[in-house]
Amino acid sequence: MIHTRNLPFITTLGIFILAYILCVTQYPNMLSTRVIGNLLTDNAFLGIAAVGMTFVILSGGIDLSIGSVIAFTSVFVAVMVGSLGVHPLVAFAAVLAISTIFGSAMGAMIRYLGIPPFVVTLAGMFLARGAAYLISTESVPISHPVIDAIQGFYFRVPGGGRLTALAMLMLIVFLLGAFVAARTRFGANIYAIGGNQQSAELMGVPVGPTTVGIYALSGFLSGLAGIAYTLYTSSGYSLATVGVELDAIAAVVIGGTLLTGGVGLVAGTFIGIMIQGLIQTYIVFDGTLSSWWTKIVIGILLFVFIVLQRGIIWYSDRRLAESRLKEV
Amino acid sequence: MAESYPLLEARGIGKAFLGIAALDGVDFTLGRGEIHALLGENGAGKSTLIKILTGVYSRDRGTLQLDGAEVTPASVADAQKLGIGTVYQEVNLLENLTVAENLYLGRQPTRFGMIDRREMRRRSKALLTRYGLDIDVDALLSSYSVAIRQIIAIARAVDLSGKVLVLDEPTASLDSHEVETLFTVLRRLREDGLGIVIITHFLNQVYAVADRVTVLRNGRLVGTRDLANLPRLELISMMLGRELQHMTRERQPGDETITTTGEAPIRFEGYGKRGSVAPFDLAVRPGEVVGIAGLLGSGRSETAFLMFGIDRADSGTATIDGKPASLSSPESAIGHGFGFCPEERKTDGIIGDFSVADNIALALQASRGWAKPISSREKQALAESFIKSLDIRPASTEKPIKLLSGGNQQKAILARWLATEPRLLILDEPTRGIDIGAHAEILKMIERLCAEGMSLVVISSELDELTAVAHRVIVLSDRRHVAELVGKQVTTDNILQAIASRTEAA
Ligand SMILES: Nc1ncnc2c1ncn2[C@@H]1O[C@H](COP(=O)(O)OP(=O)(O)OP(=O)(O)O)[C@@H](O)[C@H]1O
Ligand SMILES: [Mg+2]
Repeated sequence: MIHTRNLPFITTLGIFILAYILCVTQYPNMLSTRVIGNLLTDNAFLGIAAVGMTFVILSGGIDLSIGSVIAFTSVFVAVMVGSLGVHPLVAFAAVLAISTIFGSAMGAMIRYLGIPPFVVTLAGMFLARGAAYLISTESVPISHPVIDAIQGFYFRVPGGGRLTALAMLMLIVFLLGAFVAARTRFGANIYAIGGNQQSAELMGVPVGPTTVGIYALSGFLSGLAGIAYTLYTSSGYSLATVGVELDAIAAVVIGGTLLTGGVGLVAGTFIGIMIQGLIQTYIVFDGTLSSWWTKIVIGILLFVFIVLQRGIIWYSDRRLAESRLKEV
Repeated sequence: MAESYPLLEARGIGKAFLGIAALDGVDFTLGRGEIHALLGENGAGKSTLIKILTGVYSRDRGTLQLDGAEVTPASVADAQKLGIGTVYQEVNLLENLTVAENLYLGRQPTRFGMIDRREMRRRSKALLTRYGLDIDVDALLSSYSVAIRQIIAIARAVDLSGKVLVLDEPTASLDSHEVETLFTVLRRLREDGLGIVIITHFLNQVYAVADRVTVLRNGRLVGTRDLANLPRLELISMMLGRELQHMTRERQPGDETITTTGEAPIRFEGYGKRGSVAPFDLAVRPGEVVGIAGLLGSGRSETAFLMFGIDRADSGTATIDGKPASLSSPESAIGHGFGFCPEERKTDGIIGDFSVADNIALALQASRGWAKPISSREKQALAESFIKSLDIRPASTEKPIKLLSGGNQQKAILARWLATEPRLLILDEPTRGIDIGAHAEILKMIERLCAEGMSLVVISSELDELTAVAHRVIVLSDRRHVAELVGKQVTTDNILQAIASRTEAA
């Protein structure tokens, strides 16, 4: 049975498959594992961050700090490893701890001080960006045997494609994210809070710890995305990844998650990321289009999906009325 | 031994909001295998007491013992763990989740640390079967009617609690058949030794199901009594602190003339909408009260939606003062002088953070247009007069309406529409959740408004209420207007018969 609440996801999947087929009829090469491998690698850091954003939006919140946290992470790691000679794994652990604590603090302010997530994470955005500038305003290159090893690691896929460590990391994060959302109590509580916080509270959902947990998770995943970004670019730069949170939000919404919370799937966000990547790849293949077309197409898709979601709400209301009729 | 203690014992409970006492030294004792009714006027403190027992509010003073052990539930989850489960007046579960997810939220069966969806589904089915519900537990909660959702909420709470079950106005949106189903369940749970607290404004139900009753008034305990030897009138005067003036309406000679003669300025002919209500004819004259009766889901509210332009008719015409009128939206209906007080006031009506005065003035302001603001003095006077006539408590115009008790919020919404002085006012369940004293006040007010020439359409599940106020009653069944009773024909028996004969025929 197809739930109306999964309809946006199914639509997104349909659009993705259709768009892919169109691309392939024009450029058969786009079906190659090489292109697909690159698609995954190029979008790994965005995908990881978008998983965190999915949880935040499912709970009815928003996290605007993601792009800044990614920049902070990359600068922090680059300086620690490049300038101070700290072992990369130690730097990774330290930065993940920092970003998780940072996220928890934002969650706690949202919950216990009653400040709207938009405001708290906006402040967090400035704070993290400022901290990144404080560490360094230069682009800091990074090189270390461990980092080189991770960057160089991949599985060869039939057809010449490479499944890189970054791509695998993203896929694992998506799988774990989907698991947490669908199969754990924490996940169920997030949907409950996104549906109606007051009702959830009266039904015994631990709203406080869950809220803190959601933003902690988003912080952690932003940190992990920052590490992925550092590995991807081999450098840290405090001016990088401006507005990545908006790309993440776009992926989540295109993936069928309601901005008001309570409805959506982690898998949808994956498709949302892939759609964005597909458009970029198409532009690269085409060679004549400006890369700004990506933004335009994403903008159009966002509009389409918001209208679609309205339509679905309208449709399910009508079905409700009809099923009540049958009850009588 | 635990048996020597009452199941739940509260002593000297006190609670104040912003320095104003909502509860003052209240004692409450609940035994095992007992159904205990908690009664009192709107704002008496019933919901507040319940919320203290179930961990929503913390008490300022007093002690609470469960099975003889001192407890202080810090949260709802905490109370649930102790064995106290609740269905709140305001809660409607979560519409974005499936039935099964709602039933097992927070206590999902797990396998290897994962939520076991198959098991959850199986248990949900089994659980609901005990309540006579055979529904798709994988469907979203929002796809079921309010009545079914209420039963699901009760099933969840019963299943959760184990020791104490608290129900705050659980029957407000159930029809008589569903109420009976619920009571059967409650009686069975009583046999199992559960202690059940039930808040309701329906005295019939209190006598039908409860063993004992505790009455609160203005936050204080009036007394706890066995219902077996408590006459109804005495119970009422315990609640109100005075005798209730009789509330049934004397049929005035001449009522019949109102309904049968005279041109009806508002008429609906062949008005209907496919899949909603079959085409009907309805004419309303000034000063007339038309009652609409029928079972839940028979199309009562849908009739109102059509008349008020919330739903658009796809057949028939509406005529006002001899001219065809288009009722394509609530705005156009308001433009024709219509008013509508919907059934789900909680969600459709109140603006929680606005003051009582603002909430009352809202519809009047809208009908005047925003360019002509109501002066604050006028608003104040308006609010004060309705607070007085409907006995809204606390009698403050400035309080945010969300801080009022459920019943008092309803009164304020009713006031909102009365303030616009509409020529036709449609009331869907006007007295639901309203205490027996205010109930009588509202019926009196309806009569006064008619005497002033307003027309009213009153939808109600309470037949006593309809027979008390209506000059004419339309009976609905299966989304069709099946009978019309006029004047002396308007009796509870006749209405029941009209409903029953149709239901059997169908
Ligand atoms: N959160 C709150 N803040 C301030 N005042 C409150 C709050 N909750 C309740 N009150 C006040 O406490 C009093 C008791 O309210 P309560 O909701 O317990 O009444 P009730 O007996 O349940 O009435 P009803 O039958 O209308 O539901 C009311 O005067 C109400 O305005
Ligand atoms: Mg109440």
